[in-house]
Amino acid sequence: MATKDTLNFQGYRRENGRVGIRNHVVILPLDDLSNAACEAVANNIKGCLAIPHAYGRLQFGADLDLHFRTLIGTGSNPNVAAVIVIGIEPGWTKRVVDGIAATGKPVEGFAIEQHGDISTIARASYRAKQFLQDASEKLREECSIDELWVSTKCGESDTTSGLGSCPTVGNLYDKLDPLGITSCFGETSEITGAEHVCAARAATPEVGRKFLATWQAYMDEVIEPHKTSDLSESQPTKGNIEGGLTTIEEKAFGNLEKIGKHVKYIDVLEPAEAPTKGPGMYFMDTSSAAAECVTLQAAAGFAVHLFPTGQGNVIGNPIEPVIKLSANPRTVRTMGEHIDLDVSGILRREMTLDQAGDALIDVMIRTCNGRLTAAEALGHREFVLTKLYRSA
Amino acid sequence: MTNHFNVHHKADTVGVITVEGIAAGQELTGWIMETDETVTLKALDPIPIGHKIALGDIKAGDTILKYGHDVGKAVADVGKGHHVHTHNMKTKRW
Repeated sequence: MATKDTLNFQGYRRENGRVGIRNHVVILPLDDLSNAACEAVANNIKGCLAIPHAYGRLQFGADLDLHFRTLIGTGSNPNVAAVIVIGIEPGWTKRVVDGIAATGKPVEGFAIEQHGDISTIARASYRAKQFLQDASEKLREECSIDELWVSTKCGESDTTSGLGSCPTVGNLYDKLDPLGITSCFGETSEITGAEHVCAARAATPEVGRKFLATWQAYMDEVIEPHKTSDLSESQPTKGNIEGGLTTIEEKAFGNLEKIGKHVKYIDVLEPAEAPTKGPGMYFMDTSSAAAECVTLQAAAGFAVHLFPTGQGNVIGNPIEPVIKLSANPRTVRTMGEHIDLDVSGILRREMTLDQAGDALIDVMIRTCNGRLTAAEALGHREFVLTKLYRSA
Repeated sequence: MTNHFNVHHKADTVGVITVEGIAAGQELTGWIMETDETVTLKALDPIPIGHKIALGDIKAGDTILKYGHDVGKAVADVGKGHHVHTHNMKTKRW
């Protein structure tokens, strides 16, 4: 039985008190135009991590707010030691720098206009070198399980996800929620068919109503206006169907197994919004596309991710280690290099959910202590910004 | 003893094949997880791992239960032991 005392891990304590499990120096582009300079800096200074992405120009309104919230949150994540921000112009670059600086961590911005790429890369490289050397001296220290923020999302799901890998995550949450972890699940559209069951898992009727309003808004604003068919091959996906999932309802109930049998979520978050109500579970309004969801959860400050897969999603994230588990014996056999924990024994009646949950706690703590995930070893760094609508 | 299929809830009308290579005519052993019961059933179709098998006769229009919940409807009659998927089952949502 896991107790608080036996689950300490070695983490990095940041200036704002948050605890991380990695020590990245991130080279963060404000916009698509700055990707090349960021990648050049990361090439110059070995050990820095550039996070290229596709957006940041002519966005406005709520979509622009989400862009800033995601970039600032990514830089602010406790797995990040220091940040270089590069943008095409200084105004929005400074906005990201100022947002990250609120955490107290080292951050500096560089704008390309009136300098050009080459001079910008040179100046940013000098500073990145200093940040990297300083970060390399940061020592891990003993941290308590109640300082850990854990997110979850499943992908390339099949029926084995609902039978084995998702309830394994649920078993972990049932054990660690009472010990004070902060946790998160999302995937708004993928709760469809089980939305009332999900609403009933809220800690209060008010939070349940907030969830249902969020779910309904996704239906009304995203799904209904844009759908051209019954969403077959999108939700469930072609891969889900290959794996035996037939309907969105069936997928939704399997998905919800991730939140366990007892945990109640205490609030509903906007995409990339950091939790503010203390320890406990949170629902975040996200797309069900894997990289978009994990990117938003990492931007909200989550430090480690649990990712059940059936058919074999290969996802990683640049700053939040993604631990993948599968209960599908064929997936474990054919693409085992992507799987951090094999729980296919559940399907053979050789392993109980309780044993699987303990095994996941073990691999999660080892990952927190520094063990690289399969996705980290294989270089999976999917960083995908959620865009709410077309730019101006 | 090999376990060939799992059933989430006692009330469910479908189970999930958990091994590869199930052939038509094969006698299967299954596990009802909610009640920890062992049940047997004859497969009447080849059914891939992860795909569903009808636990009893299902009529077109019937609600299909899994996890003890409504997960869609049959759009064709499905006999006990047959493969249940997109050819005979559909969402009620979209």
